[in-house]
Amino acid sequence: MAGSRIRERSGTAVPLRGDNIDTDRIIPARYLKAITFEGLEAHLFEDDRQQANARARDSHPLSNPAYAGAAILLVDANFGCGSSREHAPQAIQRRGIRAIVGQSFSEIFFGNAVALGLPCVTVPEATADALMQIAERNPRALFALDLEALRLTVDGQSFEVALSPAARQSFLEGSWDATGLLLDRFDEVRRVAERLPYIAGF
Amino acid sequence: MPATLLQKVWDAHAVRRLPNGQTQLFIGLHLIHEVTTPQAFDMLRARGGRVAFPDRTVATVDHIVPTRDQRRPFADVMAEDMMSALERNCREHGIRLFDLSSGHQGIVHVIGPELGLTQPGMTIACGDSHTSTHGAFGAIAFGIGTSQVRDVLASQCLAIDPLKVRRITVRGRLQPGVYAKDVILEIIRRLGVKGGVGHAYEYGGDTVDRMSMDERMTLCNMSIEGGARVGYVNPDATTFAYLRGRQFAPQGEAFEAACAWWSSMASDRGAPYDDEVVLDAAEIRPTVTWGINPGQSTSIDGSVPSPADVPAADRDSVAEALDFMGFAAGQPLKGTRIDVAFVGSCTNARLSDLREAARVIRGRHVAAHVKALVVPGSQTVRAAAEREGLDRVFADAGFEWRGAGCSMCLAMNPDRLEGRQICASSSNRNFKGRQGSPTGRTLLMSPAMVAAAAIAGELVDVREFVGAELAYGR
Repeated sequence: MAGSRIRERSGTAVPLRGDNIDTDRIIPARYLKAITFEGLEAHLFEDDRQQANARARDSHPLSNPAYAGAAILLVDANFGCGSSREHAPQAIQRRGIRAIVGQSFSEIFFGNAVALGLPCVTVPEATADALMQIAERNPRALFALDLEALRLTVDGQSFEVALSPAARQSFLEGSWDATGLLLDRFDEVRRVAERLPYIAGF
Repeated sequence: MPATLLQKVWDAHAVRRLPNGQTQLFIGLHLIHEVTTPQAFDMLRARGGRVAFPDRTVATVDHIVPTRDQRRPFADVMAEDMMSALERNCREHGIRLFDLSSGHQGIVHVIGPELGLTQPGMTIACGDSHTSTHGAFGAIAFGIGTSQVRDVLASQCLAIDPLKVRRITVRGRLQPGVYAKDVILEIIRRLGVKGGVGHAYEYGGDTVDRMSMDERMTLCNMSIEGGARVGYVNPDATTFAYLRGRQFAPQGEAFEAACAWWSSMASDRGAPYDDEVVLDAAEIRPTVTWGINPGQSTSIDGSVPSPADVPAADRDSVAEALDFMGFAAGQPLKGTRIDVAFVGSCTNARLSDLREAARVIRGRHVAAHVKALVVPGSQTVRAAAEREGLDRVFADAGFEWRGAGCSMCLAMNPDRLEGRQICASSSNRNFKGRQGSPTGRTLLMSPAMVAAAAIAGELVDVREFVGAELAYGR
């Protein structure tokens, strides 16, 4: 099992402003108390949404009906920092998000997202802001992300995006689910293990 | 050619270069717990896989365990489900489990080191971001997600990108009342919460050389809060002395041979670093956070900043933090009233942390409006503390003395904040809602500062806390 090839992602986008949005906010820890990932999407940003919506009805972008059905999540810097919980990208993906575009991502979140076939691409701050403004002005604007060309097209404009070469290749080849790859040459794994003094014996 | 410890460990564990350019890295020790593994075992099962190296996999239970009534089945049905799933998975795959009846259960990052499982030169992975803790021993330790837990279960390997290395040198003497916790909070404040992304942090310098293993663990533990997935300290005589005689450490002659190999894995003089940061230990003061990420901190004699005083890029974050915390710009930190005091977590719940907290509270009593609890990092820590009578010191002072676990650090058990409570906490994250109440507020600080705040009922400078017998300067 390796996963499908992912070349492009497209759809409307939901803008979520703010740096350092941590995984506790994406999915509060109380929803980690389960032995499956099922139904997590119902609690995506639950506390943030409640707090924003208490101030102004549907003011959290993920509660705003104008953004229902969005396939692209637009974020700022250091998105997904904090806890390593895969429940965070799981909840985002189960909510229907197929790609995330932001200034930067936490390393663990990024790796978890790759393993789920959820591309996270980066853009400079000015581009992130421009993209958010487009989605804020027109929630129905169609974004098209091309991982082959590393371009994001919307409203007749085209923006360059960045993605680590390894992640890009994994998506394009459909090898983002790494288990099979890691088991491919298991004899080599055994050889490395046998060479390590703390396994072979000091 | 001189090399860093990271490079040497990487080379010793690299299986091959994957077609996408990543390294397939062998993982010497896989630590697992109840929260991030049930789905991984299910995925493995669905593919007909088996755990490749069950003897390199060790389990414990920490996140969901109640710290007061630990009788099975747990009152919380979901917690009981998670516990049972871990027991079932460990049984089915022949994995050693340190459960509540083992006498060694505890926070995974506390028990790995204290059992001698964590050793220099190893690669370690665990489905928890604070896995960086194990770097204190000169191991390279990665926090991973559940799909990667599945990968490690299936293959004992990770597909991973190379890391840069930032050398963080701390020089000079720490003042009395200033701890490793203050050092790491200062590092994060200076370098930012995303400053370490893509890097391993190598901590060194004479201040770090003088630190105990407990202190080095505190330092490495919070690397991830600065964005660095990996943090480490080169192994030395302090490391070896800690490991000698521990249950899973090499014994007898093998131990001497191990010390030689461990020493050889330390960074060489002249090793190449991608950059270096130098801190003066004498300048570091007891530090507390005022915001909603661990980089938003200041010294206890400081005040809450104004959005107008910070660089434009941080303005929104500061405004958001003040709004959530209900703090006004310019408000002094000292005197901030607290509701709860929590000594615990993988950052600061080892024996030395409990000793420092106890030293501050001995002969005093928790303020009437404060709920205070101590949650030892492991059953071993708890037992050792009880042998020293620390449980009595805490109980006499009005602290609740609990069983071991993660507890109120992330509130997946019954220990949590209520409403808008403010908690002085020795844990690692002050994120919105982190301690279980969506509107609860967390102030991070050292265990000694938590203890002093519990007694005073408000934030105080532990250095001025009348009568407190202060810790050594280091």
